[in-house]
Amino acid sequence: MNVSSSPHIRSKLSTSSIMFVVIIALLPATGFGIYQFGIEAAIVVAVCIATCVLTELLYTKLMKKPTTIGDFSAVVTGLLLALNLPASVPWWIPVIGGIFAILVVKMLFGGLGQNFMNPALAARCFLLISFAARMTTFTYDGIATATPLAQYKAGEAVNTFNMVIGREAGTIGETSVIAIVLGAIILLITGVIDLKIPGTYLVTFVIFLGLFGGQGWDPNYLTVQLAGGGLMLGAFFMATDYATSPITGTGKILYGVLLGVLTGIFRVFGVSAEGVSYAIILGNLLVPLIEKITVPRCFGKGGEI
Amino acid sequence: MAALTFKGGIHPYDGKKISKDKPILAVLPKGDLVYPLSQHIGAPAKPIVVKGDRVLAGQKIAEAGGFVSAPIHASVSGIVKAIEPRRVVTGDNVMSIVIENDGLYEEAPPLHHKQLADMTREEVIEIIKEAGIVGMGGAGFPTHVKLSPKDPDKIFYVIANCAECEPYLTSDYRRMVEEPEKLVAGLKIILCLFPHAKGILAVEDNKPDCIRKLKDLVLDESRMSVKVLKTKYPQGAERQLIYATTKRAINSSMLPSDVGCIVNNVDTVVAVYHAVIEGKPLMHRIVTVTGDAIKEPRNFIVKVGTNYSELIEEAGGFVKQPEKIISGGPMMGFGIFDTNVPATKTSSALLCLLRDDVERMKPTQCINCGMCVGICPGRVIPARLADYAEHGDEAKFLKNNGMECCECGSCSYVCPAKRQLTQSIKSMRRMILANKKK
Repeated sequence: MNVSSSPHIRSKLSTSSIMFVVIIALLPATGFGIYQFGIEAAIVVAVCIATCVLTELLYTKLMKKPTTIGDFSAVVTGLLLALNLPASVPWWIPVIGGIFAILVVKMLFGGLGQNFMNPALAARCFLLISFAARMTTFTYDGIATATPLAQYKAGEAVNTFNMVIGREAGTIGETSVIAIVLGAIILLITGVIDLKIPGTYLVTFVIFLGLFGGQGWDPNYLTVQLAGGGLMLGAFFMATDYATSPITGTGKILYGVLLGVLTGIFRVFGVSAEGVSYAIILGNLLVPLIEKITVPRCFGKGGEI
Repeated sequence: MAALTFKGGIHPYDGKKISKDKPILAVLPKGDLVYPLSQHIGAPAKPIVVKGDRVLAGQKIAEAGGFVSAPIHASVSGIVKAIEPRRVVTGDNVMSIVIENDGLYEEAPPLHHKQLADMTREEVIEIIKEAGIVGMGGAGFPTHVKLSPKDPDKIFYVIANCAECEPYLTSDYRRMVEEPEKLVAGLKIILCLFPHAKGILAVEDNKPDCIRKLKDLVLDESRMSVKVLKTKYPQGAERQLIYATTKRAINSSMLPSDVGCIVNNVDTVVAVYHAVIEGKPLMHRIVTVTGDAIKEPRNFIVKVGTNYSELIEEAGGFVKQPEKIISGGPMMGFGIFDTNVPATKTSSALLCLLRDDVERMKPTQCINCGMCVGICPGRVIPARLADYAEHGDEAKFLKNNGMECCECGSCSYVCPAKRQLTQSIKSMRRMILANKKK
């Protein structure tokens, strides 16, 4: 007979089941990306996932540590990285990105849950800086074109309807708001995430734009900003990454607000039309601080009557 | 009205249907009865019999070892066979009185012959003390101490804890279904001690039949009401229960009486009834013998001191050898390796499970998901506290409210990484408390 300390029962939920739900939730966006950008996109997705999983496997083998790929977190990282890359990148970019994400950002810091930056986003930023041209060349319908967000920033008119559906240039997974929101609903219903981070992020961002965007509360402007770039993907799938977001409830809200403000600053005052990746990466770095100041007031402290 | 509740908590599989419809059945002990001298919080009781003495059922065999302590009574008639250390459910060896049952069940005279109406407040408390009544929900805090707050006039609520939020347990449920009158009468006695108090019977909404019965019974009781709680674990934890029913909140350094509340478990209240009205000391309790490994799950009324092995036999034995046997519920009970231990005043259940989740689910690294934070009824950060505990960082553990953990086990239950959060936090808390006593 076994003896152990209470409790003696456990919920069915496990790390791998959570990762599995995240993968399912990313399928609409992935599917849409492949449908829109074709076989090239499928190859990028496959290379990213394979690189991430292999890197983790090799690392654990070399370090003689227990294999951790069974938790599916490397698959999630690979998939997220792929969704953040243009479909037109050469094959070696996803390979470098995958190795950087898993080896440098995740495993060297202690593996799952110990990394202080979102591996997929850190890899994306690394690639953006290193291979700027290749990372910002987008093609749509065979023609090289700028993303609608960049076009809008340059003063051109954009079709907001197409932006919501996703018929536009961009990275593989960021274009379709509908596909991303579908995935987000899956995450919300299954309780993998709640609205604390994405909700406050988006609301703060809109408020920031309304106040400082210079275009007032123009609905067309706000829609373009919300639907454009990596905001939706970032808010629901990147900012909510467990390891790199605060563990406390108040901390999550504060973090969401911070991301909204940072994204607003980068988009309004920055050179680039984008800003979500950098906002989240910067936000990641502040998480320990946020957690420190948001330790919850424990039950009955002060003995309120 | 919406069911009352608190923030946080979990919804584990409750397993109550296995035993909830089994009427309370009396079991007579076959072998020797063992009475550990520590069946309660506080000083161990002191034996007042010696080897060879003949004792009667209901006779006091050990007296309270201090104010926070409780006497122990024989539950059968027979001969004192030994006073020696015996194994108890926690695995420790505790000094115990062993009585050989003579099978006659000859009873000792009642504790008193008085009528409640003729008793003073002090007399009622003395009877409760002499009856050896302790909190029968599991903690075993001596009831007479609980009923003696600094200022009885400042007690505004006496709460009967009828939540029974632990999965699988149905002993309180059966008591409420079969003898709700005794529960109400017992609560009425306690209310006599506190002139300004209202009585609350707090029941989870998964027991609609109990709610109905109790509501009927308190119809004419101006000082009593039935309050319906949301079914959720740990709804019956003292602090959470007080909050749910009165919106008053206490922390670990406070007593319920600090916010004018006193909480007693169903069986404890019924024991008060037996002591005050019938003059009977605490000799019995209801034990649910259940789990998928038990052939015929039952709710037994058991004589304190009865061997657990006999209870399993009475319940038809095992379907198959269980992987885990738990004394109490699955959330806060003790895993036992030997069923050759006695049922005590605080034994609410004997749960035998074919499958041990804990053994199969190996702990992995924290993924920082925050689920433990979301469900923690004490509103601490279990994942961080467990880290501090595992690193022996007492200062940080204390700074982050480590002592506010009530050890309910909810964090370990939800953790997707299957970390032993409660275990780590519990060890640290025990260590700090032990050091404080030095």
